Amino acid sequence: MPNPQTTDRHKPSARRGREPARERPSARAPVARGVFGHGAESPKPVEQAQRPAPTTGEFPKPATEGAVLVTGVCGRLGKLLARELHRTDKVVGVDRRPFADRPKDIVHHQVDMRRKKMKDIFRGRNIRAVVHLGVLHDPRRSDRDRHSWNIVAFQKLLDYMSQYEVPKLVVLSGANVYGPQPNNPQFLTEDAPLLGAQHFGGMRDLVELDMLAQSFFWKHPDTETVVLRPCHIVGRVHNAASNYLRLDRPVMVMGFDPMMQVVHEKDVVRAIQLALRPGVRGIYNIRGPGEMPLSRLIREVGGRPRQVPTPLAKVALDQLWKLRLSSFPSQELDHLRYVCMVDDSRARTELGYEPVHSIDRVLKDVRRLRHQLS
Amino acid sequence: MAQGGSIVPFAGWRRTRFLGESPLRQVLRSVGDRVVRIAEDVVGQDLDARIAGIKTHLNEVGHDPFGFDPETSRYALAMAALLHRRYFRTQVFGINRVPEGRVLIVANHSGQLPLDAVMIGSAMMLDADPPRFPRSMVETWTAELPFISTLYPRLGQVVGSPENARRLLQQEESLIVFPEGARGISKTYDQRYQLTDFGLGFVRLALETGTPIVPVAVIGGEEQYPSIADFKPLARLLNMPAFPVMPQMFFGMIAPLPTKYRLYFGEPFRFSGDPDDDDSAIEEKVWLVKSTIQSMVNRGLRERKGVFI
Repeated sequence: MPNPQTTDRHKPSARRGREPARERPSARAPVARGVFGHGAESPKPVEQAQRPAPTTGEFPKPATEGAVLVTGVCGRLGKLLARELHRTDKVVGVDRRPFADRPKDIVHHQVDMRRKKMKDIFRGRNIRAVVHLGVLHDPRRSDRDRHSWNIVAFQKLLDYMSQYEVPKLVVLSGANVYGPQPNNPQFLTEDAPLLGAQHFGGMRDLVELDMLAQSFFWKHPDTETVVLRPCHIVGRVHNAASNYLRLDRPVMVMGFDPMMQVVHEKDVVRAIQLALRPGVRGIYNIRGPGEMPLSRLIREVGGRPRQVPTPLAKVALDQLWKLRLSSFPSQELDHLRYVCMVDDSRARTELGYEPVHSIDRVLKDVRRLRHQLS
Repeated sequence: MAQGGSIVPFAGWRRTRFLGESPLRQVLRSVGDRVVRIAEDVVGQDLDARIAGIKTHLNEVGHDPFGFDPETSRYALAMAALLHRRYFRTQVFGINRVPEGRVLIVANHSGQLPLDAVMIGSAMMLDADPPRFPRSMVETWTAELPFISTLYPRLGQVVGSPENARRLLQQEESLIVFPEGARGISKTYDQRYQLTDFGLGFVRLALETGTPIVPVAVIGGEEQYPSIADFKPLARLLNMPAFPVMPQMFFGMIAPLPTKYRLYFGEPFRFSGDPDDDDSAIEEKVWLVKSTIQSMVNRGLRERKGVFI
């Protein structure tokens, strides 16, 4: 049962987002049909499109108005977004994982994004927007896996988008693509170079993904492309930043105490919803409620930092990584040494974004999950 | 902290014991408080009131976004006040020429360690009325040093990048800039009080943000750590801008020599023009600032009767 208060709060923005979507199908339908009419495709995939999706066990009804396609919908953030969006929009989820506690009106396709089936999803219904959350961050995966998942799959997604003329793309990148550097300005604007992969090769495909979205932005001016670069997303999500803050004795690099920004997952969801409004395009940094030194952040979550000198921390992390006891590659120590904070003034003025979750709320959510774990 | 539920006796003991301040931190705090009290007695000024008079732009969680921490700064100000009033016996001239609001304080750099910045900063904090809190732009290199990289932001120092400077000036803050950079601070003794090349960035910044530039001559810094040579290979090895050879170190004197500092604040320059102008046009304005500082330095040297008095 959705909380009535929250539903009301989200209604105005959602309503704004819906209006043009109502007119759109009539304007867009001939174009989409034109693609079919050319007969460039063999008839076989059309049949596939009408087949029920393999896992949901439910026949996807043809949408009367545009649906929002969310990739990586089974992640924590994807689920949150789907739960917010399905109150006002039709939501189509795509993920390799099953969506267990799925609300009834969300259509979920359990497919690999690299498969041909992806195309049928686009063909089968009127997609008005794509939100790309299906990014693989796991540093344990091989470079090849990550590349094929993050780049090849995303490229395919972009191909389908241009083919079926989807009018909106929202890509969740991250402030990590700027990379922590000693010579970073305190606040990075959207124009700052993406140097995230300079010292950490594992970031390469995330930077490339961001670049791909940027080139799509210029190549396809008819599609409104939005790239969101939030700072460390924390809360109940399972990402490196949240997992780090949940540790009882998180490692800090001795003599370094950089300023940190964190943002609540629900604020990111709100930013994505704002980005889905028609007329919004561009790159936006997303910042949370205020920045504070890492040591203070850890203390307020309830942890006690363990100060370790840089060389020792590097050697120890490398060894733990090799023994599969830690999931933090040692190159990520730079995040604990140098600033990588973003300036969100563009998101405030153009997107109308403002973080609503206070720092207490953010830290409370991080803490709560830790106690559940312990 | 929810600790209950463990069947192991004293399982939460270690954690709860350290939840407060660590003993080391408590000792440091009590020593620091004593230093502040001594400094207040010696200087005869209420340092805490001075710190409280600082206006910074706090963010939503009550922290300065650049990392300034009043707790740490009060100990630093106490140390700086002792150096300023007792050790270097600094004389300050014309501090009321510093205009209100955004300002760039441009000075000659000297003395191996950036004590000249400390002296200008403490003069602004202790002698200006109301107290001004200047931030200085530090070398990027310092952000890679452990401890220093923690300490500097807490004292309000900012890594010297144009973006940072622009943001701070737009917040109506005052910045200390040494356009000579590392070239100036690591001069050998034979080149004392001869200004080296100035960078052009500060004038472009002033033009862009409409900021007045206050020239400052610092006298006394060159003699605190006389250096006879710059040992370049070792500097390169340690990744430092310079490695000065200081004879006083051979006699075990690690502290700077107690020279008498004199700070001369000049009339502010208010330039107008295009910040993206050719280097030649900008160089003219830079030259004007540099020659003003050089002549202020020369006059100050003529007026002083000795290095230590």
